[in-house]
Amino acid sequence: MISLPPGIIILVGALALPLLPRSAQAIGALALPAISLAQLLFLSEGVFPGIELAGLSLLQVRVDPLSLAFGYIFHIAAFIAALYALHVRDTVQHVTAMLYVGSAIGAVFSGDLITLFIYWEITALASVFLIFASRTQRAYQAGIRYLIVQIGSGVLLLAGILLHYHDSGSLSFDQLIGPDGNLSDASAGVWLIFAAFGIKCAFPLLHNWLQDAYPQATVTGAVFLSAFTTKLAVYALARGFPGTEVLIGIGVVMTLFPIFFAVIENDLRKVLCYSLNNQLGFMVVGVGIGTELALNGAVAHAFVHILYKALLFMSMGAVLYRTGTIRASDLGGLYRSMPWTAAFCIVGAMSISAFPLFSGFVAKSLTMSAVAEGYYMLTFIGLLIASAGVMEHSGIKIPYFAFFGHDSGIRCKEAPWHMCLAMGAAAVLCIAIGWFPQPLYALLPYPVVYQPYADFGHSVTQLQLLLFAALAFVVLKRTGMYPAEQASLNLDTDWLYRRAAPRVIRKIVAVSRQVGQAFLRTGSELGRTLMRLVLNHYGPEGTLARAWPTGSMVLWVAVLLGASLILFYL
Amino acid sequence: MISAQLPALQVVVPLIAAALCLVLSRPLAAWTLTFLASAAAMVVSFLLLGAVMDSGTIDYAFGGWAAPFGIAYRVDLVNAYVLMIVSTISTVVSVFARASVASEIEKHNQGFFYTAWLLCLTGLLGIAITGDAFNLFVFLEISSLSSYVLIAMGSDRRALTAAYQYLIMGTIGATFILIGVGLLYALTGTLNMQDLAERLPDVSGTRTARTGFAFLTVGLGLKIALLPLHLWLPNAYAYAPSAVSAFLAATATKVAVYVLLRFVFSVFGVEFALGAMPLAIGLAILGAIAVLSASTVAIFQENLKRMLAYSSVAQIGYLALGISLATPAGLTATILHLFNHALMKGALFVALGCIAWRIGSSRLQDFAGLGYRMPWTMGVFVVGGLSLIGIPLTAGFISKWYLVLAALEKGWWPIIVVIIAGSLLAVLYVWKVVERAYLAKPPEDATRAEAPPSMLIPAWLLAIANLYFGFQTHLSVGVATRAAAELFGIAP
Repeated sequence: MISLPPGIIILVGALALPLLPRSAQAIGALALPAISLAQLLFLSEGVFPGIELAGLSLLQVRVDPLSLAFGYIFHIAAFIAALYALHVRDTVQHVTAMLYVGSAIGAVFSGDLITLFIYWEITALASVFLIFASRTQRAYQAGIRYLIVQIGSGVLLLAGILLHYHDSGSLSFDQLIGPDGNLSDASAGVWLIFAAFGIKCAFPLLHNWLQDAYPQATVTGAVFLSAFTTKLAVYALARGFPGTEVLIGIGVVMTLFPIFFAVIENDLRKVLCYSLNNQLGFMVVGVGIGTELALNGAVAHAFVHILYKALLFMSMGAVLYRTGTIRASDLGGLYRSMPWTAAFCIVGAMSISAFPLFSGFVAKSLTMSAVAEGYYMLTFIGLLIASAGVMEHSGIKIPYFAFFGHDSGIRCKEAPWHMCLAMGAAAVLCIAIGWFPQPLYALLPYPVVYQPYADFGHSVTQLQLLLFAALAFVVLKRTGMYPAEQASLNLDTDWLYRRAAPRVIRKIVAVSRQVGQAFLRTGSELGRTLMRLVLNHYGPEGTLARAWPTGSMVLWVAVLLGASLILFYL
Repeated sequence: MISAQLPALQVVVPLIAAALCLVLSRPLAAWTLTFLASAAAMVVSFLLLGAVMDSGTIDYAFGGWAAPFGIAYRVDLVNAYVLMIVSTISTVVSVFARASVASEIEKHNQGFFYTAWLLCLTGLLGIAITGDAFNLFVFLEISSLSSYVLIAMGSDRRALTAAYQYLIMGTIGATFILIGVGLLYALTGTLNMQDLAERLPDVSGTRTARTGFAFLTVGLGLKIALLPLHLWLPNAYAYAPSAVSAFLAATATKVAVYVLLRFVFSVFGVEFALGAMPLAIGLAILGAIAVLSASTVAIFQENLKRMLAYSSVAQIGYLALGISLATPAGLTATILHLFNHALMKGALFVALGCIAWRIGSSRLQDFAGLGYRMPWTMGVFVVGGLSLIGIPLTAGFISKWYLVLAALEKGWWPIIVVIIAGSLLAVLYVWKVVERAYLAKPPEDATRAEAPPSMLIPAWLLAIANLYFGFQTHLSVGVATRAAAELFGIAP
């Protein structure tokens, strides 16, 4: 049992789930991560050879501190999400969620690129069903778009692997970038692999699938989705591209641009998606700096981020589950009906905002210190701005509009017990890590000498930043400077930005939407024309699909014989 | 010793069984005989493959007449491999055939059906095993004539037209092959393939040799259904009885490809066939067009048997691409795909047969909610479909992997693009079925009802084989590599 590759237990178990009676499937799904985690605890470090396939050694397993850190948190997240999904009576969701979890874990422990690719594709194929499972037309379409992007990433990855194999003769999944961290020197194969990782990591301009698809997922599906896909990409970057300079710039942009979108968004789960993007930016910066401290920061951030992001998605999911809506303009005042959910949500919000004594703080401090240590001045300022932005859209906007603010008049029941239990578990972990960061630090790939609370000034700086953000919110609220009942709510009219910024952004959004629509119109015209052409030739009654008379078949034979005679005589 | 007579038994057992079958004519008896004869042929083919792998090529003089005068059988790795594919598929599909045939063919015709099946099997095995060019033509006619009969027995009235067209085209193809063999005989005075191979290089500059080569390749192109000579195939597979579609799709074109390999590599030799003659570039172009255009046609087909038939035309394109590379690696990919394609098309057609048995249709519109009504059958279809696409851990991936590697080695980039585009098109037509079966609402009156075990077990055997040979490639890749090396004349 100990020599099994991690993740296999969950994958095989997932396929066996349909054999259980429908009511027991949820419990089965809960048991799988627990069993698999027990197996993981017995694994010793090292690289284990896999099976021989087509002359290559595949299914290699690599266990080292980096993969173990991700392995542990993936198991914990899977367990919490499965607990949260205990009420679901849908075989498809249970099976695909567990396939998704198992393949994500398998990918983290894969020692060669082909294995990585295989698991990479299974995560894409399995996770899309968590979106389809909403069984609405919008979800179906968003799921198809998601699938196209994810498969596209897989195709790039496979192409990159083939080229890389051709160039270097190695399939091992190690550092792919050169020691100087310069991507422009890398081979085409490495570029393609980088692009594949970038899509899955939702790099700026490659990020749209995330905000498009995740809000359409089921209540429980979104919790699974928030934890695995993008963090798998962060892991892959940390493994293959540590110290790649260009990642620093990409990461900073990633932390900044989603803020603008998050503040003008009405769908609260979509706000969380933008904030997910922003958080990934911090990890990407950490990977890009590539020092031991920075990599530790990225891994620690991924670890705690999975917990509090899942917590936030769970609390918003609970609201959606009970009220049937997730639009900020329709919600408000729910703290009366759902006090526990509200409390858990606030814990998640404070963690993501990196309040001292919450988990986000102890992880983000590592990254920030690494940035400061490397004298990346602009990056540091960018990340500071982003931190304040996180406070605005995730720290205040999410709990405020769902649970406080204008009373929507909705009165519903508290979330079901198992949801509360799952949220409670995540919340406890968030606080515990904030108080006692040492166990987390012990899991990190490199030794940590860092004491987050030793430098008192840092805590104070962070508090000041957060309190000013909160102050801005209160001042604006008191002076009534934004209308609370509009469907489109903007919170970023604060001291960080000029007041006109949202309007400009809305204008830009409107213009770009128009341009986009014009583009789409032209595109669909072109598409229709093309489709007509294709149907004429390939359709059920098209030229190439028709049943042909025997005479024309014989004609083809004559043509071909003549052609080959001429060719062969030449 | 019986083991010395194995090459003869390979052909004689099904031939005698066919004759017996005609006498018995009762459905159950005829079926039992068919199954037993197929199974016996399978055992013989495995023994032959083992013997060839251990001790090299087996020569067998039929009736004790030495080679230049009598008919020589010659079993090397390539045809031992093909014999194994044909007889194994026949055995597995014949298990499935019993229930399927009982529901699709009138009782008094079933005896004839099994007789034709056994004759077809005899013909296919004979083509593969013989070392004599004229004998090959005879077996080709046996298998063709019996397959016209098999197709004509389809319950759809269009089966008759389809069989008629196949008959015309098949006869033209066979005639071309005969003309080609005749020209070679006129030139060299021998019909034995080994002798032909020895004497042809001296006369390969002559017009006669080139004309013979042209007739042979076009005739075989017809039998293989290489685009644009594929027009007979879609209707023939679509309207044939389910079991026949599964059997022929997995074996008939494979054997024809084998004959092409035999003539190109063993008789004419690589230098002449792929070097001096522009056959390689022709195969590459036609193969690439076949992959792209037939896959696109398949996407829009409403009749799923017809869809799979077009997909077969596309798969033949891959086989042609592998040959056109003219390298041992490319040839390995082709030989490997012969095997893997037999597995996936076998699984898919058998699954369609199960569905046709239960709901009496293979039209896409009747597939709504089938994933819930026939979960086990649709499971087979999904596995076969994944393999057809070439998803990793299925047999189809292994084929495509080797083909891509071979193309990379040769540096033919456009071929890699074609292979990837072909896989994406396959995703579309497989997804179309999966979407309808799993995401569409079943009709109100639909209940959950599976096919009987006698159909499901062979279906799952094929599906599991698709998965098994997706990661355990010792047999499939190992033999294909050695067979390709042998055809190239490199030491095994």
